[in-house]
This record gives sequence, structure tokens and C-alpha cells, in this order.
Amino acid sequence: MKTHLHIDWTSCDGRGLCAELLPGVLDRDDWGYPVARGKTGRDRTDVPLRDADREAAQEAVFLCPKLALSLIDGRTPEPGTRVPGR
Amino acid sequence: MSPAKDTYPTAPLHAIQDNRGQQPRLLAAGPDAGWEQHLDTFGPWEPNAAGAGLLEALGEAGLTGRGGAAFETWRKATAAAGSGRKGLFAARPVVIANGAEGEPLSFKDRTLLAHAPHLVIDGLAALAAALDGASMYVYAPAAGLPRVQQAIGERPRGNRIRVVQAPETFISGESSAVVNMIGNGNAVPTDQRRRLSESGLNGRPTLVVNVETLAQVALIARYGAQWFRQAGTAADPGTRLVSVSGPAPVRDVVLEVPGGAQLSAVLQEAGMDPAALSAVLVGGYHGRWVRPAAHALSPVGPPDRTARPGAGVIHALDLQTCGIQATARIVSYLADQSARQCGPCMFGLPAMASVLNRIAGGETNPRLASELDRLGRLVSGRGACRHPEGTTGLVSSALEVFAADFRAHLSGYCTGPGGAAA
Repeated sequence: MKTHLHIDWTSCDGRGLCAELLPGVLDRDDWGYPVARGKTGRDRTDVPLRDADREAAQEAVFLCPKLALSLIDGRTPEPGTRVPGR
Repeated sequence: MSPAKDTYPTAPLHAIQDNRGQQPRLLAAGPDAGWEQHLDTFGPWEPNAAGAGLLEALGEAGLTGRGGAAFETWRKATAAAGSGRKGLFAARPVVIANGAEGEPLSFKDRTLLAHAPHLVIDGLAALAAALDGASMYVYAPAAGLPRVQQAIGERPRGNRIRVVQAPETFISGESSAVVNMIGNGNAVPTDQRRRLSESGLNGRPTLVVNVETLAQVALIARYGAQWFRQAGTAADPGTRLVSVSGPAPVRDVVLEVPGGAQLSAVLQEAGMDPAALSAVLVGGYHGRWVRPAAHALSPVGPPDRTARPGAGVIHALDLQTCGIQATARIVSYLADQSARQCGPCMFGLPAMASVLNRIAGGETNPRLASELDRLGRLVSGRGACRHPEGTTGLVSSALEVFAADFRAHLSGYCTGPGGAAA
């Protein structure tokens, strides 16, 4: 199960706490907003995490003043694989 | 918007009927087709005829979205159908016909809605029926609404379809902006932690489908996947509408072209000589500049020989126009159209526009080109919607196609008429 750190850009204000808590994962851009290190495309919005970074990421989720971060655990289930009422 | 946009152009339709290459499919019922004329042309209509088998037929047909992303329609619809059946309390899905056409160079959707609204609504009703009776919406700019409402009034059970006005902004047609406008009256994209096909309008599984895609769905529901594949190529089956524009005196025209059509043939059909053009913008403001020669219009294929049609925009630049200035104007517009919700877009796009305008204006700082490239890489992938990477894609294609012009500008001169771009 791969965990992703999701950045809600509509809420993010570039306060920078997440980049301090996750220096190996996030850098800051010209305007202070987080940039995932070494990632391209949508991996910069849903940032794949190593297990070692999970705890710090959880802390960033709790401490972000704009509530712009969340963790997504695993993949979204394929349609029809988890259907209790079917 | 300008008054010209409030009246539907009639000129493009004549060109469609003169079209020698591809028999008209979508606009076969002719100008301003009413309900009777529509049924005379396409045959009787029963939205439930295809039932759930419709999704299978869409898969066999290989229909992809005609609104820009070229995502496979059956896959999107199947995901929404699956989410709708999940859980103890099955949520009724929603299907939205997306007629918002924020691309300034696109006019094929409004032409289609004006002349063949019934085909679009047929497709909407067929998809809704295949999704166990989903709710139906038509989302379109103000100028298109009277015609849509008139068409809805002519149809049996038309009153089940709700109509919502789309504002005239570039991003109003982005699928989460569509859902946000219908749900909250605010046509800006939203953060998408979950796909709209899982949780969209009021948390219900939601399908936002371009109006041309729906018209194609209606044809597949009537005539089947094999018929659909008689036009186009194996990799890009069927036909698509394109909005073609170019330097005066070329008139804006909507053409229906087969999948995989040669760009040069499309330009000729629109009355242009590909040899007299310096570059062609394919796919719209989030598309790419290409050389007119030897490109096929197809969402799949090698980038040196194919150009992704996106929302079907084809805009030609003559040899007298500076490609850098043209791109700078577009990027300034795109920066201005940012919803200003996401930092990288709110700050990054104006920064890109500023650098590009400095190059276009003749500033001879050799670092500007690499700065433009750096900013593009910086903003890409970082937003609620794909406005940043769409803009970056356009700029990187300009850096490639107009490379000689960039060198000329950065050494203090514009190559001018028939210059380096030729």
C-alpha cells in the first residue's frame, strides 16, 4: 500500500511548515509554495511517500495552518472490487 | 462578450456541406435542425434501446472525449456506473452535457449546439439511461441556451433535463468547475481528492461529457460501433469537429474530419496553403505549435508525426506574424484567466507571461529563454486543474518550433516577414 501526500492547492497559502517537517520530500518554490523534490507531473500534487516519511507527513497534515494537506492510503479500489450492496 | 458571439455563424455549416473528404455525420440534419428534421435524418429514437449495452458499444467504437483530454468515454462512464452501485445507499449518478467553450479559438461546440441540439440531447439521454436513469444537465454559455431550451421543449420527456448557464471564462468548462458551477454557482475548479466519477455533484457519481462527444454517443447508440469505425483509423476511429482559423482573408470554419486526418489536408480544405504558413497551433491555448507539414491529427502517436487535436482547435499563423509575439499574447491571456486559487498558477503564470513579453519586446538578455523554461517546469503539475501544465506545454512547444526566432529576438532583432520561422 503506497501512501500519497495530497496537496490541496486551493487551500495552500505557502506558509512552509510542511517543507520544514519534510525537508527530504518538499522544497519551496519562488513564492514559498511546496514543490515535491525530484517529482514531475501530478506526482507533485499527490506526492508518493516512502514509509520512513510517513510519520513526519502525518504531523504536517495535523499542523498545516491552512488544512491543505491530507494522506491518501493505497490506491482507489477498482470499480466493483469492494461492493457490499451488490 | 462581443455581439458577434451572440449570433451563431451560418457560414461554417455551408463549408461542412461542401466537404468533399468526409460525409457529414454530426451535422447531417442540416442547419437549425428541429425535432422532426432530426428524426427524418437519423431515424426514430428510443433512449433505452441500447440500455447498459451502450457502454460496451462505446468501448468497441473506441470513442474518446472531444473536449480536450481525449479520455476513453466508456471507461469514464463505466467508472461512474460502478460508483453509483456501490454502498448501501446507491447514489443516483449525474450526466452533464458540457457545452462551455472557453477556448477563444474554438467554435465547433456552439455550432453543433445551434444546429444539432437534438443529437447532443439524444446522447445525453442514452448515457443517462445506461447509468440506470441518471439525472441530466446541459451546461452551455448564454448565447447557446435559447436554442437548447427550444430543443428540450420539442422533445417528449424533455422536461427532465435541467439547463445551467456557463460563464464566458477560459476555465468554466473544466470538469470540476462545471460541477462547482451547477452545485454552488462558482465556475472555478475544485481540489479533487476523489474523482468526479466517484463523488461529483452533491457527492453523486458524475460524468461531465463534452457536447460533441455526446452527439457521437447518439450516433453509436443508433448505428453501432462498426459503423462508427468506418471513418478514421484503427487508432483514432470516427470523426471529429475542428474549429479552423487563420490569417485574413481566411474565414473561420467548422469541419468534420476523419480521425487521423492529415493536418495539411485540413488546412487546404479550410482554404489555406500550408506552404504559406509558419506554424499551426493545434489543440487550443493548452495545445502545441507545430510545423504544418506531415502531422496527422490524432490523440495517439509519435509526437514528431502526430498533433493531439485536444478540443479541436486549429489556428494557422502566416509567415508575416512573429510566433513569439503570438505566444506572448496567448500566455498573457492564460495568466489573466487563472482562477487565482492555487499559488503556483497565480504567481507562476504571470511570471511566465512577463518573461515572454520581455523577449517579444526585444530585451536581449540571453538568460530569459532558460528562465522561461525553468518557470514552466516549476509550475507544471501543481494546481487543482491542469491550467499550469497546459500553459507550460504551449510555451515549451513555442521554444521548440520558434527556436530560431527566440535566438534572433535575444540577439536584438525580430526576423520579421518570412524570417527565421520560414
